[in-house]
This record gives sequence, structure tokens and C-alpha cells, in this order.
Amino acid sequence: MSDQDDLPKLLGDCVHCGFCLPTCPTYVLWGEEMDSPRGRIHLMQQHADGTSLSGPMVEHFDRCLGCMACVTSCPSGVQYDRLIEMTRAEVEREHPRSMKERAIRGLVFQLFPYRRRLRALRGPLRAYQKSGLDKLIRRSGVLERVSPSIAAMERLAPPLGKAPRLPERVAARGERRATVGMLTGCVQAEFFPGVNAATARVLAMEGCDVVIPPDQGCCGALSLHSGREDEARAFARRTVETFECVDVIVVNSAGCGSAMKEYRALLADDPAWSGRADALSAKTRDLAEFLVELGPRAERRPVPVTVAYHDACHLAHAQGVRTQPRTLLAGIPELTVREIAEPDVCCGSAGTYNLFQPEAAAELGDRKALNVAATEAELLVAANPGCSMQIATALRHHGAAIAVAHTAQVLDASLRGLGRDTLIPHTPRATT
Amino acid sequence: MDARLAALADRLRGLLGAEQVITDPVRLRTYECDGLTSHRSTPAIVVLPDTAEQVAAIVRECAAAGVPYVARGSGTGLSGGALPHADGVLVVTSRMRRILEIDIPGQRAVVEPGVINLDVTRAVRPYGYYFAPDPSSQQICSVGGNVAENSGGAHCLKYGFTAHHVLACEIVTPDGELVELTADGPGYDLLGVFVGAEGTLGITTKITVRLTRVPETVQTLLAAFDSIEAGGGAVSAIIAAGVVPAAIEMMDALSIEAAEAAVRCEYPPGAGAVLIVELDGPEPEVAAQFAEVERLCRDAGAFEIRVAADDAERALIWKGRKSAFAAVGRISPAYIVQDGVIPRTALPRVLARIDALSAESGVRVANVFHAGDGNLHPLVLFDDAVPGAEQRAEEVSGAILDLCIEHGGSITGEHGVGVDKSRYMPRMFTDADLDTMQMVRCGFDPAGLCNPGKVFPTPRLCGEVPGVRRGAHPFEGKADLF
Repeated sequence: MSDQDDLPKLLGDCVHCGFCLPTCPTYVLWGEEMDSPRGRIHLMQQHADGTSLSGPMVEHFDRCLGCMACVTSCPSGVQYDRLIEMTRAEVEREHPRSMKERAIRGLVFQLFPYRRRLRALRGPLRAYQKSGLDKLIRRSGVLERVSPSIAAMERLAPPLGKAPRLPERVAARGERRATVGMLTGCVQAEFFPGVNAATARVLAMEGCDVVIPPDQGCCGALSLHSGREDEARAFARRTVETFECVDVIVVNSAGCGSAMKEYRALLADDPAWSGRADALSAKTRDLAEFLVELGPRAERRPVPVTVAYHDACHLAHAQGVRTQPRTLLAGIPELTVREIAEPDVCCGSAGTYNLFQPEAAAELGDRKALNVAATEAELLVAANPGCSMQIATALRHHGAAIAVAHTAQVLDASLRGLGRDTLIPHTPRATT
Repeated sequence: MDARLAALADRLRGLLGAEQVITDPVRLRTYECDGLTSHRSTPAIVVLPDTAEQVAAIVRECAAAGVPYVARGSGTGLSGGALPHADGVLVVTSRMRRILEIDIPGQRAVVEPGVINLDVTRAVRPYGYYFAPDPSSQQICSVGGNVAENSGGAHCLKYGFTAHHVLACEIVTPDGELVELTADGPGYDLLGVFVGAEGTLGITTKITVRLTRVPETVQTLLAAFDSIEAGGGAVSAIIAAGVVPAAIEMMDALSIEAAEAAVRCEYPPGAGAVLIVELDGPEPEVAAQFAEVERLCRDAGAFEIRVAADDAERALIWKGRKSAFAAVGRISPAYIVQDGVIPRTALPRVLARIDALSAESGVRVANVFHAGDGNLHPLVLFDDAVPGAEQRAEEVSGAILDLCIEHGGSITGEHGVGVDKSRYMPRMFTDADLDTMQMVRCGFDPAGLCNPGKVFPTPRLCGEVPGVRRGAHPFEGKADLF
């Protein structure tokens, strides 16, 4: 069945009960019906009934983070995830964007899904960060005046270190229990190379042969979640092909994992690819999900640290992975896990959201930062590069800088007996 | 929009800022209905005030312009109580959501009307207190809406309705004055008049709520029966034994099926009815009564009894019940949530009659109810794509209310009359009754601008017609009614 046939039924599933409202980040911020899932579904219905896409309508669709918290809270089973994706594709097809919007969107979608382009940016960005020019630029506010989106990109970029290349294959330690493919991602690979290295090590130490295809590309998550369907399908086909050699694909980035689990629906109308896409979706696992299924074998050594665990939306809401990362963290001796208040509310990163909707994203980032700070944890653990950048930036903004790590890095420190030192920098907190 | 409304919109923008006044037709339409979608009406203007003073100013502007206005909280009402007026202003309180004060020694909290019901409990739970009214929509419904509708919930059998948990309200009267109504003090209990008036007497801007101590212990069980009759027998036996459960809820097979599809609550398979019984209070009392409830359920024919071992299991038992309304969307394209009351003793007879009605008409009816106080929530299912189906469902739904009245009950237990049930009011009340109620209303709102068209079947006395009233005062010549 094609999307267009599906739409009236999917819209009809909503009974207007409003249970989604308190979990929607934009409703939490502004308290307006049009910026709630129920209101957006109403707008979609208006469009389906013949009202043309107007500026205000598109504005409210654009403001949706796509965090899927509403999908979790809906008792009627409304597939809002599919609805917003279909709507975004419709917006891309039908709604002319302003020149400025087009320029920014062009920049983002020509940059982030391409590792080589990101890599080319690393050198200049490192030099820029080292020179101290970054502080000057931020103080001047010049970027903010040119484009808030570019200013957001600059602000969010994490401090860059060296980026070691991963080998094509990492052999299991001890008896082999599984052979897994590993997605390295685009932003994860170039901006958080330490996370990928830790992931590969943890998998190997748990007895997995890790296959890391060097020619892998973008999974298409950013495109898919922004309504650029054709682009997303092209990325999806390539990813399907790349990973047909393995039985399990382990993904350490929540957004990517969720997109790959959606290939099934994305390529359902393509007879040549639907079966292959279905197979890929079925064998995709988030790292935490996979490690819990596999069961622990390697010895856990103490990591005496207090962590706050952040639920990435594309892990908790889109993939239903909530307990597994907590189970893994709780299995580490001397480590304490603290819960963050309002765990269901998005941090505002949401893929490209903090680039296209910087103001709303900053408000949500601040809200999350305050909740994280209230836990008084020393380390924030999240399983999505976007969330890590967003929350770290917001905490820095509040003068409450906190160390950030991926679940893989915490496990890596435990399995290798490194203690807390690799996770918590020794440098004293900057005084203001 | 006509010139008068356009001018009003301009003045409202001056008061609130352009961002908080909505006149764009696409945006306005998202406010066309509340939780009851069968009545729709797009307002002319939506305003999103932040403060009580702003609400008062909005009401004054409306009064001066003779434009009707309707207050709305989270928009979850099930009787169309917040249905907008097509030529009026919708005053949305969802941005007024600050908890202003928590006074634990005084066991009270002061909140703004847009505060979500459950957020009050979340805020005071660390101190060992909670806000007792618990409508199934408590995760989103607003306290202001609870006050307007005098909302109940599963636990009102023991703890009462919203009216029993509101100590004071600051309201904006239809004159645009900010006034405090309190429960204590001599004189007429105007707070009692205001709570449950469905937003026809003014707009709440601040509420002082009573906080209830979290009970020492809570025990919850789920009992599965072959039939509704057997479950109903257990309810009667429990009440007759002198036990006052915190809650006693029943669901029939169809509503269980829906809840299962929605939230996988894993109720016992094959049950014709499940009963949820919750006891709370001091440990020894609960332990003794709980054993008795278990025995009574078994005697009444329960084939499986599950006792919640902890809060997580209790939450799972409740999840099925609390999601039941919306969950029916899983098994039917459309449905009507009915709300009626009968004496508890009439339960088996009325349920049998509902069954018969359903069989005769071919319209499926799922039953969810607060069994302890005889508050029925029949869910009348239909397919809105089939011509005439909605009308047949409406007829069955109306016939169920007739059954309630016939058995000495009421047309609403907790959802309110709103716009949906105003036509049934004459079935319960005489013209003199309705006139008397109207006169109370006229005392607050002689111009008939505050949530007009709700509760009362036809415009009478002070009238429902928007516009500045001229001529005789509505009370004139009506002395014979007193």
C-alpha cells in the first residue's frame, strides 16, 4: 500500500484525547495546540481535506522535533512517526522555501551525510578551536547575525582530538561468540572517533569478531527524518548492500539505528529492494540492545563514578531501548546511575533540529541541562552524538560543564580496568 | 472576520502581544474541538494569556464588545464544555501553568488553572502528599478544567470529587473583576456554586487545592470473572460488607480487548469482566479488608485473582483501565464515550438492558465503569465511514441515558453536560428546575457571554444570545419562581 492510501487511516487513528500533549517538547515549551502532536495531526487533516500548505502550517510541522515521545504516550496507536515523515516529504515536494532556508538546508544536507566532507572540515575546525578564535567569534556574535543556524553549528562542534582510523576487522578476544558488522556513522566517526574505537573494543572483548566495512556511507537518517525521501532511499540501498555480508549490524548512534530499523517501511514500495531492506531492518541492533541479548562475559572492573543516563529519543521512543543501557551501566562495580527528571522530553538536538530551529532547541537544551545538573552527576552518558553535543553545549552555557561519554566508553573503561580517569578529565573546572 | 471582532483582536494584541493572539484560520481550526470531536466550531479569536490580570482584561474587552468567550484548559473534556463559540474568543489557559505555592504543613497548594492535574501530585509527592482527584486523563487534563467540570476519577468513591479538594478559587467574573471564592467563612457557599458550573459563571485563574496524605499502604487486586453479572455480584458483596475501597472498577470483554491491544496490560485471557479493587489506609485495616475482598471475589465466581506485588505491577493493572477510552480507537474507527449514573443496585438490570439494546441495534457497546458508585461509561462503537452509523450510535447512546434516568440515576457522573448533553437536561429536570438554575447563572452573567450554549437546552431568561443586553432585567417578573 502506498503512503497516500495509508494517510486517511493513519490520521483517523487519532481520537483527540490529548494524552500526547505533556510529552511533546514544543507543547511543554509553548502550550499551544498547533505545536502539539494532536494539533499537528489536525493540521495534516486540514491539508488532506484540501487546505493548501500554508506558511503557518509548515512552520508548525518544521517545529516538530520528530522525537516520537508522542508515539510512546499514545493509547490509540497513532503512528505519528510515519505521519510526520510523510508530511515532511510532502512539504519538501510542495512548499517553496525561502532562499536563506534553502541555502542552510543545502549546506547541512551536502555536508553531514558525507564523511569525507566532514573529515575535510576537521583540520580547519581543529585549528580554529586551538587558535582561540572560537571564543572571540562567539563573543562578537557575528555568526548569530549572519545566520543563527551557522552559529548553532559552530557552538555545537565538540572539541576535536585525533581521529584514529579503525581497521576493517577486529578479532574477538577469547572464544568467538558472534560476528557483527559495525556502522561507524558520519558525525560519530568524524567528531566522536573515540566512541567508535570503544565500541569496537567492547564488542571484541565480549567475544565478537567486528567487521567494519571501510566503504560504508551515511545511513540516511538525517534525510529520512527531514522528508528527503529519495535521498534517504539512495543512502538506504547503499547501506543495505554494504552490510549484506553480516548477520547482525551493531549501531552505536540512536538516530542511525532507528533509521535502519525503518528501511523496511522506506523501501516497502520498491520490489527490487523491499526484501533486502526488510532483512537489514531485522538484523539491526543498538549496541546496548545487542550486548544485553548477548549477555556479559568479560570481567567488569570498578569505575567509581556517578553518571546521569540520558535517554536519546531515537533510542527510547523510536527503538524502545530503555532498560538495556541502564542494565549495562548498573553491571559496572562502583558506578552509580542517577535518573534525569523529565526523561521523556527531548534535549532539542533531534537530528538537524538544533541547526534549523536554533531558538527552540536552545530552550529545550537549557531545560535538559538544568535537569542534568540537578542530578549532581559527574558524567553524562548518552548514546547519540547529537544529544551529547547538544547537552554538553547547554551545560557549558550554564557554567556547569560536565564530562560526556557514550555507554560504549564507560563499558570500555570498565572492561579495560581504566577506572574513571579516561572518562573524567583531570583539569579543574573553569572558574568564571 | 467582521469589523467588530477585528477591532477586538487588535485590542487583545495590545494587551497580550501579537504572538499570543491567534486569528490565522489554519491555526484557529486546531482549537475547533476539545476531547469530544463530534461537536466542532472554530473560534474567531484564540488568546493565550499568561496571567490572571490578562484574563481579567480579556473578559473586560469581551464584555465591552458584547463578544462571547469560552475558557479552555488542555482540551480533554468529553462533553464539549470547552467547545468554542464561532463568533467568540477562546481563552486558553494552557500557558498559565505555574505552581505558585506549596504549603505542606497547611496541606494545600496554590496553582494556576493550566497546571496539569498529575503535575500537582508530582510536585508534592516527595513530601508524602498527593492531589486526590484522578480522572483517567490526569496526565494531561488541567486543574482549571477539573474545577469547571467537578471532575471525578477512579478514586472518587472514597475521596470525593474535585469539589472536595478545592479550598478556594480566584476567578474572573463576567464583569472582568478578579474575585476570591473560599470554602470557609460564613455566607453562601459560592465556591460550591462555582465548582462544576462548567465554565458558565466565570474563568478560574488561581486554585487552592487540598493535598491528601499518601496512604500508609495500598493494595490492588485484579479479579477476572466469566461475566459482568458475576463481577457486579462481587461489587455488591464488597460494599455490603462495609468495605469502602479507594477504587472499584469494572471492564467488560470488549473494553479489555481494546486495552490489551493498546497497552498489553495482560489481563487474564477469556475474562468476561475484570474488576480492579484498590484498598488504601493503615496497614492492619487494609490487610484485614483485603483478605475479605479476595474471599468475596472468589465467592462471587472469580476464576483468577492477581494481587499487585509492587507499584510497577499496580501501574500495569491501572494502565489498562486508564487507557481504556482512547484504546477503544484500536478496535473501532469511531466511538462515543457515554457517562451516566445509576444506583449501584440497578447495575445488573441496566447492564442487561444495555446488552439487549446493543443486540437489537447491532451497535457494539463496550463497558467501563466506576462500579462502586454506579458511574457507567458505555463506549458506543461505530464506523464513521458507514452512512447512518453515527446516528444509530447516537440513538443507542441516548437510549442508555434514558435507562439511567428510568432507574433513578443521572445523565452525567463526571464528564459534565457541556454542549453534548444539554438536550437531555429536560428529561431529568422540569422547566421550573431549569429556570432556577438559569437564574443562578444570570446572577453571575446577566449578559450571557460566558460560555454560552452549554448546560442548558434552550436560551431562556437572560438569554444565550451574544450581544449587550438591553431591556428588562432577566429577573424582572420572575419572582414567582422563587
